[in-house]
Amino acid sequence: MATEEMEQLVRREYKDGFVTDIESDTLPPGLDEDTIAFISKKKGEPEWMLEWRLDAYRQWLNMKEPSWAHLDYPPIDYQAISYFSAPKRPEDGPQSLDEVDPKLLETYEKLGIPLHERAALAGVAVDAVFDSVSVTTTFKKELAEAGVIFCSISEAIRDYPDLIKQYLGTVVPVADNYFAALNSAVFTDGSFVFVPEGVTCPMELSTYFRINAANTGQFERTLVICESRAQVSYLEGCTAPMRDENQLHAAVVELVALDDAYIKYSTVQNWYPGDEDGKGGIYNFVTKRGDCRGERSRISWTQVETGSAITWKYPSCVLRGKDSIGEFYSVAVTNGRQQADTGTKMIHIGEGTRSYIVAKGISAGKSDQSYRGLVKIGPRAKGARNFTQCDSLLIGDKCGAHTFPYQEIGNSTATIEHEATTSKIGEDQLFYCRSRGISEEDAVSMIVNGFCKDVFQELPMEFAVEAEALLNVTLEGAVG
Amino acid sequence: MLQVTDLHVTVEDKEILKGLTLTINAGEVHAIMGPNGAGKSTLSAVIAGKDGYEVTQGSITFEGKDVLEMEIEERAQAGLLLGFQYPVEIPGVKNIYLLKSALNAQRKARGLEDMPAPEFMKLVKEKLGFMKMDASFLQRAVNEGFSGGEKKRNEILQMLVLQPKLAMLDEIDSGLDIDAMKVVADGVNSLRAEERAILLVTHYQRLLDYIVPDKVHVLVDGRIVKTGDAELAKQLEANGYEGIEESAA
Repeated sequence: MATEEMEQLVRREYKDGFVTDIESDTLPPGLDEDTIAFISKKKGEPEWMLEWRLDAYRQWLNMKEPSWAHLDYPPIDYQAISYFSAPKRPEDGPQSLDEVDPKLLETYEKLGIPLHERAALAGVAVDAVFDSVSVTTTFKKELAEAGVIFCSISEAIRDYPDLIKQYLGTVVPVADNYFAALNSAVFTDGSFVFVPEGVTCPMELSTYFRINAANTGQFERTLVICESRAQVSYLEGCTAPMRDENQLHAAVVELVALDDAYIKYSTVQNWYPGDEDGKGGIYNFVTKRGDCRGERSRISWTQVETGSAITWKYPSCVLRGKDSIGEFYSVAVTNGRQQADTGTKMIHIGEGTRSYIVAKGISAGKSDQSYRGLVKIGPRAKGARNFTQCDSLLIGDKCGAHTFPYQEIGNSTATIEHEATTSKIGEDQLFYCRSRGISEEDAVSMIVNGFCKDVFQELPMEFAVEAEALLNVTLEGAVG
Repeated sequence: MLQVTDLHVTVEDKEILKGLTLTINAGEVHAIMGPNGAGKSTLSAVIAGKDGYEVTQGSITFEGKDVLEMEIEERAQAGLLLGFQYPVEIPGVKNIYLLKSALNAQRKARGLEDMPAPEFMKLVKEKLGFMKMDASFLQRAVNEGFSGGEKKRNEILQMLVLQPKLAMLDEIDSGLDIDAMKVVADGVNSLRAEERAILLVTHYQRLLDYIVPDKVHVLVDGRIVKTGDAELAKQLEANGYEGIEESAA
């Protein structure tokens, strides 16, 4: 089959690209200390939080945007972005779903997240972040009975200041990197999860992020804490409308796992990738880090990334506790003119720590994708082990795949394995499937899904189905 | 059923088939034999629709329909199925999943509903037993880590499940030991039916001891130079292709 046909196959339209017509409270573009004070005030934050933000902002002013990634994009004008947009609503905020603007709920319906029915059926508690504001958290009561706190980060700052003071910024310090510092200064919402000692969270927790307003940046902040022997599985999903201008998304996610705790964090990211010529799309600069602070703790990142024009993202684990485990399972699909520089960092500090990395990259169209992974083994991490497998699949001959593995080994008892493959989607495989009567489109999706199997099986069941569906949409083409 | 008329095929500007004519009727088993490079595999590949083969002249019709106008999957859906000499591996895709998708895609094209899962499992298990294959094959990725013999048996398994009208088998005997050859031959013989035709492409006469063809064609340098019955294959075995080429010339 000719390359052109292959490309046709993977061309697709963005299905979540609708704009919701809702009256919103949007701050004019621009960033200075007043902007930050405005956000903090709007959120009803205490004075110490404002100080925390201003400290981050002042440090950010002295930092430089990183340029080491294998990405190419025009300079971002941080003064042209609006840092706050919230759907207008009664001053006291909605008390229940019935009070939420029906149009907003419709948006979620279109995304396939009916908060009422599906959440209940699936037993999933959903926190939906629309532009900058957390709209509603379902199942709050059921969770409270189990002792689990699941709310927006703004609420957490108001209602659980001690937990916030104890943990916020302890995994990703305010000045960790350029985008994290910016986020620390201007973050507008996000989710907060706290699972107390010995509790296994009774349901999957889920957040959906959506950027709706034009020229708006989204800076959400997520903090998940599992005390000793606590467990939680958390999923985030992301979409945005189609717009000609680029939108900035700079999130920070911090995870803390104490002794014997287990956090499973799954992401299905489908931000608008821009059109075929690279116009529009989300710039996704995200800092995600988990801290295995306790002994035998375990943090697992699973991500399916199909969207964004630019992706800069390295979910990482700091393996501090003795015998702690870090995992990273990733499928990244780029198409059109998308660029992704993504991977992970596993920092082994404690004795007997283990990490496991499985990264699958699929590049199609004129996209360019890099895997960048760091495995660092400190001098005290005796007997640490890492296994890394990264596979790239190329569709067509105009795309690119690169692998940048970094290893820093600080002691001689460590074991490191690295496997990497790059293959072109086999014309032979396609012919084989089609010659059995399977359509070209189904054959591509079958082969690609097979390629991603190791990662999909790490996703919670209902999201594995969603991820496969998303992949099929992503690779859906204009065949015939 | 299948009519190939004056077929000329070029691969990378080199003419491989140079005016091949062949008629296969329902109920018949045909064997195409010939020396290496004669164009044997090219014929079945062109009928199945593999990319990279340019038909410069001639026609192929199947049950009156122009095969060259059909997409690859449409040919399979119409009942043309190719068993590969070197089946590819498809990591992560379970064998059973491929079988089920293929069967249901073909049923859909014929206006039938998907086969209910219990019925499908029963069918597959029966055929699996016939091919002396272990049930674990179904859960393994397509051809991944299969031995040469296992791959060939898997090709025949697909034939038994998909029940094509015309089964084309490209060098299905290559790399098989005698026991595996018998199992494969039994599988192929079980496909023999009044409404079905079978086209074997092979280099050696050996296979034809187990699957006795109705017609044997000798393909040399892109043309069928001689056609006969099963006896012809035996003569070939005795005298080699050179004798045929001379007598044809």
